[in-house]
Amino acid sequence: MLRLDGIAAGYGRTNCLHGVSLEVREGEVVALLGANGAGKTTTLMAISGLVPVRQGRVVFQGRALGGLPPADVVGLGISHVPEGRRILPRLTVLENLELGGYLRRDRPALRQDLERLYELFPVLGERRRQLAGTLSGGEQQMLAIARGLMARPKLLLLDEPSLGLSPKLVVTIFETIARLNREGMTILLVEQNAYLALRIAHRGYVLEAGRLALTDTAPNLAQNPQVKSAYLGG
Amino acid sequence: MAALPLVYPHPYHLDVLTTSLLYALLALGLNLIVGLTGVLHLGYAAFFAIGAYTYGLLNLRAGWPFWPSLVPAAAVAGLFGVGIGLPALRVRGDYLAIVTLGFGEIVRIAFTNLERWTGGPNGLLGIDHPRLWWPGHGIFDFGVASAPYYYLVCAAVILAAALCVRLSRSRIGRAWVAIREDELAAACAGIPVLQLKLLAQGCGGAIAGLAGAVFAAKQGTITPDSFDFILSVMVLAMVVLGGLGSVRGAIVGALVLGSLPELLRGFDQYRMLAFGLAMIVIMRLRPQGLFGRSSHASAA
Ligand SMILES: Nc1ncnc2c1ncn2[C@@H]1O[C@H](COP(=O)(O)OP(=O)(O)OP(=O)(O)O)[C@@H](O)[C@H]1O
Ligand SMILES: [Mg+2]
Repeated sequence: MLRLDGIAAGYGRTNCLHGVSLEVREGEVVALLGANGAGKTTTLMAISGLVPVRQGRVVFQGRALGGLPPADVVGLGISHVPEGRRILPRLTVLENLELGGYLRRDRPALRQDLERLYELFPVLGERRRQLAGTLSGGEQQMLAIARGLMARPKLLLLDEPSLGLSPKLVVTIFETIARLNREGMTILLVEQNAYLALRIAHRGYVLEAGRLALTDTAPNLAQNPQVKSAYLGG
Repeated sequence: MAALPLVYPHPYHLDVLTTSLLYALLALGLNLIVGLTGVLHLGYAAFFAIGAYTYGLLNLRAGWPFWPSLVPAAAVAGLFGVGIGLPALRVRGDYLAIVTLGFGEIVRIAFTNLERWTGGPNGLLGIDHPRLWWPGHGIFDFGVASAPYYYLVCAAVILAAALCVRLSRSRIGRAWVAIREDELAAACAGIPVLQLKLLAQGCGGAIAGLAGAVFAAKQGTITPDSFDFILSVMVLAMVVLGGLGSVRGAIVGALVLGSLPELLRGFDQYRMLAFGLAMIVIMRLRPQGLFGRSSHASAA
C-alpha cells in the first residue's frame, strides 16, 4: 500500500533521514521504533508532504507522492495524526472533528461518520459542545485520532499516541488502535513505547540516526536482544 | 444611526464619525488577515494607499468616475495582497512582521518617489468627489459636505461586515481559524495553508483598497504621508481591542479608537498619553479584546 524507497529528507539544509526504505501492506499495523531524534516524526512528515523529500520515492497505492502538498496527500487517503495531538483547544470537540473532514463534500456520509466515531469514542459524543482544551490528555488523544479518521483515510499515520498518558490510558489507546486495525484500518505507528507497540503491530522497523537499523516481524523484534536492551528495558 | 445626520448634523462630529467608520472598514479587512487567519501584518496601510492611488490616478489620468473605479481599486489592492503574500508567507513569525512592515514602508516611499506619476510628496490634487444620479434631482455631487460621505461609508461598513460574517462562518472561514489556531494541525487535516493565507490577504487587501478609494474621493487630495506606519498600527490596535476574529469587535474597536483621540481633546497635550493609558486599562481588563473568544481553556 505504502512504500518508501531510500528517502532522504530534513529541515533547512541538512538531512536527518539518509535513505530510509520501508513498506506498509494493506491491513497491517507497522511499528516504527527508535530513540529520540532518530527521525521517526520526520519520516511521517515526509510521507504526508510536510517536509520535502530530497531523494528517493514515496509510493502510495502505486502513485508517487513526490512533491505533493499535504492537502493532496490527505485527499489521496493518508491521514497524519501529529505528535503531541495538536487538537485546537479553543474550538469545540465537534469543530475539531469537522476540521478533520475538511476536504470531504459528502455531508450525509460525514454525519454518519461522526455518529460512528461517537460510538467508538463515547466521551467525544458526550462532550461534543465542550472546548477541546478542557478534555483530559487521554480524551484529547482520542479526539486527535478521531479527527484523523474523519478524513476517511485508507492509511493512518500515528505519531506517539501514548505520549504523556498514564499507563492505564496508554493501554486504552493501544486497544483502540488494535480495534481500528481489526475493523480494517492500515496503520503506521510511531512509538516510544516499543513493548506495547510490538504487541499490536504485525511488523516493525527500528530507526537509528536517520537510517534503518533493523526490520522484522513484531514477535521477532520483541525477542531481539538488541531491541530488548535498547527499547524494552531488559 | 442612519438618521444621525438629520437629528445631529454638526459637520465636525459627523466627520469624526465618518473617519472612524472608515477605520472600521479597514479593521474589518485586517481582521480577516490578523484576526481570523493569524498572520501578523504590519503594513496594512499600504493596501489603503494602493486603493486611494488607484482611484486617484484613474480619475486624474483617464477620467474615470468614482463608482466604476471601485472595482480596480479593490482588485489592485487585493492582487498586491496576494503578490506580497507569496514571498512574505514563506517566512514565519517575527520575520513575517518585518517583511510586512517593510512592504508598508516601501509602498509609501514608492508613492513619494515616483513623482512623475504620483506627484511625489505633494500627492494627487483635485480628485473628483463621487457623483450620483438622483431620480428627479439630476446629478448630485458629494462635494465637501459631510453627510453624503457618512452614508457612503456606513453602507460600505454594513456591506463589508455582512461579507465578513458570511466568510467567517463558511468553510473558508473555519479553515482560516484552524490555521490561526495551529498551522500544522490544519495542514494535517488537508487544509491548503498557503493558498488560504493568500486568499485572506487578497480579501483583506481588497477591502482596504475600497476604503482607500472612498478616502481619496472624500478628501479630493491624497499624499503619501496619510498612509504611514502609524496608521497600520492604529488599525491593528483596533482589531486587537475588538477581539481577534470578531466582526463586531473590529467595528466597535475602530469606533472607540477612532473617536477616542477626539473625545480626549480636552486633555490637550496629554491626549496621546491618555489614549495610551486608556488602551492599557482596556487590555488589562479584557485581554481577549471586547468581543474575542476567551481562552479559559488553557492549552494542554
Ligand atoms: N523543525 C525542525 N527543524 C530542524 N531540525 C529538526 C526539526 N524537527 C526535528 N529536527 C531534527 O531532526 C532529527 C529527527 O527528528 P525527529 O523529530 O524526526 O525525531 P523523532 O524520532 O521523532 O524523535 P522523538 O522520539 O523525540 O519524537 C533530530 O535531530 C531533530 O533535532
Ligand atoms: Mg517524534
